Amino acid sequence: MLENQGVSQTGASVTTFESLRGRLFGLAYRMLGSRADAEDVVQDTLAAALTAKDGFTGKSTVKTWLTGILKHKIVDAIRRKQREPVAVSTLDDEADLEDFDGMFKAGGAWQAPPADWGDPEQSLTRQEFFDVMQICLDKLPPNTARVFMMREVLELSSEEICKELTITANNLWVILYRARMSLRECLEMNWFSGGGNRA
Amino acid sequence: MRTLNRAIGHLLSCKDVSRLLSQAEERPMSTWERLRVKWHLAVCSMCRAFERQLALMREAMRRYRT
Repeated sequence: MLENQGVSQTGASVTTFESLRGRLFGLAYRMLGSRADAEDVVQDTLAAALTAKDGFTGKSTVKTWLTGILKHKIVDAIRRKQREPVAVSTLDDEADLEDFDGMFKAGGAWQAPPADWGDPEQSLTRQEFFDVMQICLDKLPPNTARVFMMREVLELSSEEICKELTITANNLWVILYRARMSLRECLEMNWFSGGGNRA
Repeated sequence: MRTLNRAIGHLLSCKDVSRLLSQAEERPMSTWERLRVKWHLAVCSMCRAFERQLALMREAMRRYRT
């Protein structure tokens, strides 16, 4: 545990940092897949933030600032892990797409018409929606989840991800397609179909 | 890309469009692809719904990460 070193005017206090530890850990764990690695990365992040907290101007929230530091630490950790080969699927791209054949008829039309999800703000302003989305993200297979999170949360470019994981652009697009289709299906079933807390 | 070669060469299926729309988030479509997707979307309400779903998920992830 970090020792209390006082509160700055921007709210960047050790207490605030500690209260965010859980959230930071969750994010790191989903990316790195290892409890130990995630704990190390979070500890490094909080230590770095503590050193830098007097320079924190308060322009963003503490949460955003810490998450920014965390993302850099995660990318560094992923790079270090790359010395070991990553078990990303190297299946033929076409074969991967067969996973979602069930969603389409033989001629390529939708089996079930995609539903109208209504006004996005009705869902996106509700914590319950993000709770359901978190469950859907957790359901993604580990390698798919890692790639999806690198793209959508760490905001790495396609080139960076392909380089980090030694995959082709085509591999990447197929994996992201799979992730989006899975997420879509999960959200449709658990939020938008009335099974969840739809407004 | 074999699935893109239909009997009537220029028409895309919903499956093709779903892939291209997803892919467009990483790699901008060529003019020709964009035109073919636009034609398909003009006549396919299902894929228009899918496109809105993708947009919602994209916005959801944006809020999730910040």
